[in-house]
Amino acid sequence: MAPLGGVAREPRGFSALLIVLAAVPAVYYVGAMIGDLFFETRFLGTRPIEAGEHNLGKWTLRILFASLAITPLRRITGWNWLAKHRRTLGLYAFGYLALHLLTWTLLDVQLFISEYVSWADVQKDLLERPYITIGMLAFLLMIPLAVTSTKAMIARLGKRWRVLHRLVYVIAILGVAHFFMAVKKDIREPLIYAAVLALLLGWRVWEARRSRLQSASTPAPA
Amino acid sequence: MTRHDLPSSEITPESAYLDRRRFIAAAGLAGAGLLAAGSLARGAFASGPTPQQKSLGTPYGLQPGDDPTAEEDVTSYNNFYEFGTGKGDPVENAQGFVTKPWTVKVEGLVKKPGNYQLEDFLKPSKVEDRIYRMRCVEAWSMVIPWRGIMLADVLKRAEPTAGAKFVEFTTLMDPKRMPGQRYPALDWPYNEGLRLDEAMHPLTLLATGVYGKELPPQNGAPLRLVVPWKYGFKGIKSIVRIRLTEKMPSTSWSIANPGEYGFYANVNPQVDHPRWSQATEQRIGRFRRIPTLMFNGYADQVGSLYSGMDLRRNY
Repeated sequence: MAPLGGVAREPRGFSALLIVLAAVPAVYYVGAMIGDLFFETRFLGTRPIEAGEHNLGKWTLRILFASLAITPLRRITGWNWLAKHRRTLGLYAFGYLALHLLTWTLLDVQLFISEYVSWADVQKDLLERPYITIGMLAFLLMIPLAVTSTKAMIARLGKRWRVLHRLVYVIAILGVAHFFMAVKKDIREPLIYAAVLALLLGWRVWEARRSRLQSASTPAPA
Repeated sequence: MTRHDLPSSEITPESAYLDRRRFIAAAGLAGAGLLAAGSLARGAFASGPTPQQKSLGTPYGLQPGDDPTAEEDVTSYNNFYEFGTGKGDPVENAQGFVTKPWTVKVEGLVKKPGNYQLEDFLKPSKVEDRIYRMRCVEAWSMVIPWRGIMLADVLKRAEPTAGAKFVEFTTLMDPKRMPGQRYPALDWPYNEGLRLDEAMHPLTLLATGVYGKELPPQNGAPLRLVVPWKYGFKGIKSIVRIRLTEKMPSTSWSIANPGEYGFYANVNPQVDHPRWSQATEQRIGRFRRIPTLMFNGYADQVGSLYSGMDLRRNY
């Protein structure tokens, strides 16, 4: 298939643009939180910690979805040069999740910051509050994926790398579940995230079935 | 009920440098928080209210460092699902909300039921300015200067019959004027309730104003409940009906999620919300968490209402 618009190769500057764009929300929310908390600015409204934490969480999902959109996008457009950006976006998603978790730990729960909060409290959160357990599980599962994202690791793991990196589907589902369970009553926003994820995963199921049927109907080469 | 001991860090202004948008008024620090036990103490500070507090009203149950929350925050960060479920939705969606004319029904087990124009409903009562702590079930809190009348005043005039045990409150039901009611976030209209003795307590207020001004629509204009020792969701907004009943009324949040929200909803640092701890809270405008106090700091005044009750079960 000819690539859409004849864009057979990566346009110049695309990589740099992606790296800069994907960093913008993180820089904004971290900067805005620090400004609002310590320098009297008012970027994030009445509760900057809550706003920063929630938005970093949502951006984790958005960037994770973007990385999951690359394969379908490649198939539809023929822009195969997009492939290598799965890693860029995947690593960014991990970074956003780490910032989300850091915000929760240090600024929201205030472990190590508040004298009224102890390890035991955080332990209770992690073990007894399912939405936190699920969120933490997603973070832990992402660590091996981030660690094995280097070229050397891909080469070393061979086939096992692909199997390991299927964990990203589990992580995405856990992330959306975490969002659902964290909202108080109005589930409209997490529903949108669930719908997007369903689309991304559904496409893969559909594509797998289609290619299976196709290979079954075409006679094997002699 | 033992008085909550304040850790020394709370009374040293050392953490002040971390606080945002602090008020200029310095908190009276000496002898702070010493309420006259048993009675409804006027003014939390032995040294008297600060000049800023004096201009806003009489402080009730305030602790050291309880500066009134910035008006901008009080009137722009609201839970009022009738105007949307986001905290910023009410201030955006409620601006055209017309509250004149407004009628309030008083009915049920009373000798003198009535259907009042708001002005007539309010007229016989003394209007007071009171500064209260407000603790949301979501573990954030504010200090708010309310203007209002004592609910007890209204109830006494209606003369509850001997069978009356509870008071039920209902918000206006009008999806045209309250766009949030077009989405079933809760079982509309919003319903709340108090035990009659809670309703008669002198701290329980029917607020008509905040910060010395008429209540803005996002804060529950023209008439809302304020029960400072309970989580904020008990403070039902835009009230149109007050009904005295024999049975415990069902309340919106306990219908929506009975495992998370009960009828009493007393502020209690020892009883966690299933999804988060209630031991500490984030005070709006401050960075550091502060400990949540039993009955939100009003234990001396209201603790006796619940003596002998299992507060873990009656959450």
